[in-house]
Amino acid sequence: MRAYLPAYEMETPRDLAAALARMASEPGVWKPFAGGTDLMVLLEAGKLPHKKFLNVWNLAELRGVEVSSEHVTLGALTTYAEVQRHEILAREFPLLCRAAAETGSVATQNRGTLGGNIANASPAADSPPALIVYDAEIEIVSAGGSRWVRYASFHTEYKKMNLHAGELIRRIRLTRTQAGWRQYFRKVGTRRAQAISKICFAGAARVEAGRIADVRIALGSVAPTVLHAVRVEELLRGQRPGSTVLQAAQDALNAEIAPIDDMRSTARYRRHVARNLLAEFLEVLAG
Amino acid sequence: MIGKSVPRKEGREKVAGRARYVDDLSFPGMLHGVTVRSPAARGRIRATRFEGEIPWHEFTVVTAKDIPGKNCIALLIEDQPCLAAEFVNHPEEAIVLLAHHDRYLLEEARRCVRIEIEPMPAIFSIDDSLAREEIIWGQDNIFKSFHVEKGDVDGAWTGAAFVVEGTYETGAQEQLYIEPQGMIAQVSEAEGVTVWGSLQCPHYVHKALMVLFGLPRERIRVVQTETGGGFGGKEEYPSMIAAHAALLARKSGRPVKIIYDRAEDMVATTKRHPSRTRHRTAVDRDGKLLAMDIDFTVDGGAYETLSPVVLSRGTIHAAGPYACPNVRIRSRAVATNAPPHGAFRGFGAPQSVFALERHLDRVAEAVGIASDELRRRNFIHEGQTLAVGQVVKEKVDMNGLMGRAFELSGYHAKRKQFAAENSNARGAIKRGIGFASFLHGAGFTGSGEEYLASEVAMEAMADGTVHILAGSTEMGQGTNTIFAQIAAEALRLDCEQMKIIQPDTAYVPNSGPTVASRTAMIVGKLVETAGLGLLKLLTDGGFLRPGYTAADFSRACGEYVAKHGPLKSFVKYEHPRDLHWDDQKYSGDAYGAYAWALYVAEVSVDIRTAEVRVNDFVAVQEVGKVINPVLAAGQIEGGVAQGIGFALYENVVWQEGRMVNAQMTNYVMPTSVDLPAIRVYFEEIPYGRGPAGAKGIGELPLDGTAPAIANAIAHATGVDVRRIPITAESLLEMLEAVHA
Amino acid sequence: MPKRARKIRVSCEVNGDAASFEAYPMTRLLDVLREELKLTGTKEGCGEGECGACSIEMDGALVNSCLVPALQAQGVKIRTIEGLAIHGSLHAVQQAFITHGGAQCGICTPGMILAAVNLLARHSQPDDTQIREGLSGNLCRCTGYMKIFESVVAAVRRAETRA
Repeated sequence: MRAYLPAYEMETPRDLAAALARMASEPGVWKPFAGGTDLMVLLEAGKLPHKKFLNVWNLAELRGVEVSSEHVTLGALTTYAEVQRHEILAREFPLLCRAAAETGSVATQNRGTLGGNIANASPAADSPPALIVYDAEIEIVSAGGSRWVRYASFHTEYKKMNLHAGELIRRIRLTRTQAGWRQYFRKVGTRRAQAISKICFAGAARVEAGRIADVRIALGSVAPTVLHAVRVEELLRGQRPGSTVLQAAQDALNAEIAPIDDMRSTARYRRHVARNLLAEFLEVLAG
Repeated sequence: MIGKSVPRKEGREKVAGRARYVDDLSFPGMLHGVTVRSPAARGRIRATRFEGEIPWHEFTVVTAKDIPGKNCIALLIEDQPCLAAEFVNHPEEAIVLLAHHDRYLLEEARRCVRIEIEPMPAIFSIDDSLAREEIIWGQDNIFKSFHVEKGDVDGAWTGAAFVVEGTYETGAQEQLYIEPQGMIAQVSEAEGVTVWGSLQCPHYVHKALMVLFGLPRERIRVVQTETGGGFGGKEEYPSMIAAHAALLARKSGRPVKIIYDRAEDMVATTKRHPSRTRHRTAVDRDGKLLAMDIDFTVDGGAYETLSPVVLSRGTIHAAGPYACPNVRIRSRAVATNAPPHGAFRGFGAPQSVFALERHLDRVAEAVGIASDELRRRNFIHEGQTLAVGQVVKEKVDMNGLMGRAFELSGYHAKRKQFAAENSNARGAIKRGIGFASFLHGAGFTGSGEEYLASEVAMEAMADGTVHILAGSTEMGQGTNTIFAQIAAEALRLDCEQMKIIQPDTAYVPNSGPTVASRTAMIVGKLVETAGLGLLKLLTDGGFLRPGYTAADFSRACGEYVAKHGPLKSFVKYEHPRDLHWDDQKYSGDAYGAYAWALYVAEVSVDIRTAEVRVNDFVAVQEVGKVINPVLAAGQIEGGVAQGIGFALYENVVWQEGRMVNAQMTNYVMPTSVDLPAIRVYFEEIPYGRGPAGAKGIGELPLDGTAPAIANAIAHATGVDVRRIPITAESLLEMLEAVHA
Repeated sequence: MPKRARKIRVSCEVNGDAASFEAYPMTRLLDVLREELKLTGTKEGCGEGECGACSIEMDGALVNSCLVPALQAQGVKIRTIEGLAIHGSLHAVQQAFITHGGAQCGICTPGMILAAVNLLARHSQPDDTQIREGLSGNLCRCTGYMKIFESVVAAVRRAETRA
């Protein structure tokens, strides 16, 4: 334990309104604490500057999965374990389930939450690329009201996001438009389980008459935030997924990503593998 | 009892969560201790400042000035300080110790101690050390060097049909026992210095504390607590923590517990020595070895610690289980400004064997024959001489091991099949199969066992319980159980009646360190002898007749004790008279016995991501006698897993002598989904001097696993692997080069 | 001196018994178990949620206790390794680990056994892949996992023959 643990405070608000009121009372001081799988690691490493936390783990308003004809809306506290167990998510949002299954291990999946993962804003997280592919929107609430934000524009810079002091992520809404799309997810980590990704690729496309009618592509660990590869998408729309378009698509991807050298991998490796995963994705679309 | 999978002696406690490891213990009035470490790799300590709003008067503070005896951790020599006094020579070197009862305040205080160091130039690579622009140790940065010379190497080059050269490198590897290191110490006028902790060698710690405190033998007591893995990482390092805890205990007058957290353990304790080996090999047109010229260097870090011995084993194993008439091995252990490297299962041999087995595959390629054919033409046989001049006096059948391993793994068919499949350029998955053939000497090298003069005692109590007293430690490998089996076999009783006394220097004799694959073979033999000695006391005294039952035995013990007092047998190691070793020439009988092995690895490589997966692993070894099949297989399986980590996953990232990926999230060992089924098979050619014929096996699997995998990757991809770990990043670059 | 938070009192159930303790709100549940409740069977291997040596069951779910703050233990049902045996009779998985060599040094064993028990509660007849995945959050440095899998399979077979 590399931190002075007694200096850390945590309270349990009785409901969401109370939590938001507490956060509004001292803006930027009280932070929500869900399953702790990121925050406790930072605490133990002595890298958690915030000292005051609100235990939101039991807030019913942040839990549950609602299904309508157009949307599946997940409470921010939906755990990775719960994502994997949900029948409709497994059937229509397989990339999110894959991401959940490949995040950490059984124990971390029981405590890690989608909301916590989004708020932690790691560019290496596995769920964000899937959320981008599914055009996710997130509901952000505060004592002053609520707003919906497109997830694709939520993260702005490394560890910076469209979340202000006193705000909390309440729900994540996915649109059920991609059922039937061809889907692809691949995480390349340091090992097969419990691995932080070196690079992560999520893609889905609607293929009609051999052409890519619509496509979504997002990557993790190749930029300061999760990357929505819009240029590649533009280039691919209307094309046949084959060798003719591959080179141009790979070049576009190479131009869009900005990987770095870090403890786990190198920029060079990430660039090379990104191109190969794109090629593999196109093979899935062609096949 | 021998050859039975008797359940682990302390198994019940372990599965119930009742086994007591050092951090499970708590003493009244106990303080916690922490270590303040050097931020610089090398320099002069200018000042130590105690800052922050910390109630410093509540703390016990220890520096080098508080050391009553000699400021060193005595091992082979006394160059390593217990606490840096004027100079530091590696990052994380210990400088100040603090103790307090509040663990959290202690951590806060640790961060408020600022050590000001005036930096001095530091060196971090083997090349820089050898270049000697900066002398950081001794006269020339060299801890030790060896020169082995057999036959006439220089004369062999001109007549050779092929001469193949190559350079091979291995990286550092962290032992990563799941229980971090720790000690509790108590110092009093009445009892002297007592330490309890996670350790492999109680008598090493004992000796180090004698020197540190300037106290005689009987004033120091070392007790081993249940130890959660060691693998060599707890061979020498525990002496350092014991010293620190004891100094704090002495100054505070209270018991002190120091437990490292994982990050500290990784960054400050020992690792496997990084190595570089250069091979130059002459063969005739049939691939028969004419000469081997081997140059072997290991990076020892900042102080000598065990580097000479690691170098020794690596040197002796460098030429493998082959008959070659002319061999030269020049080796050296060099100093760098990194925390000292140390013992890790295999102890120099995994480094030199990786180089050799990878090199021989390349030699085969140059000659134009199959890898296995090259080995077959050169395997050593009984009566032939190993590189250091040892005549092989035991039966050895490497061809037989190879045949069996190849059959079990489907080697030949897969070698052809994968080559055919891989030639299809479109496939993204390339498969390969490769092997390594090797040997591992059990026991201390040369006259080492004679020098250790290990002792074991056995006492039968009045109720017939038999106490086994040895300094050998249990750390998961099964010492307790096999000692019980060996003793039970000798006494013709049940294992249940055997009791292993907790290693405590106050009560058990010095059986030597629990290292070097010696515990079953050398110490186990002493246990067997002690048991027979007990029996002889009873039969000679007329208390016991042949064909006795367990009840007879117990009654006889009761009668003996009533009449004569303690019924105790004491055995000291006697070095076989026919083993001769010349320390000057570094030649002769290096080891009493060798285990022989052939391992086969099957891999698949995804060329899109350069990820390697080991799909199957076959480990065949001849080990003398398997005392406990489940335990023995467990040793090999665990060792192969560590070898897979060594080959593919475990990469220490260094920055100016400091490990920067010191978290289990970033220093990666294989999980249950990363490993294949590891298939283990034993052959037994009993070794006359081992208990029931057993030889040592603990380190063996670390030697052959990585090169088998490297050779398999070469087969799968055509990449000429020269260093481990084979990270995806490095493999991807090599794949690009092959395709270009 | 950094300011200290007030300690809180937490009530929960541990191994079937009511438990109550005082701790800082963010004290790790691992430390509460080991130091306040003297249940030292749960171990610390890494302090970062990677090794699983600290695994316990919380309301039936396997969690890493080094990552759970004490405050969140309020009102939960906890099971540690100490709670597995019933009246001194070892659980089938514990027994299998002894017979089949699933434990070597034993430090990962409490967490590993709990992970195995938890796995079997979710999949009573797991295949090899399910066993490996179920245990992938528990690192073992000694065994190479082989005898751990054998132990789990043996425990499943024993349950089958009993059923």
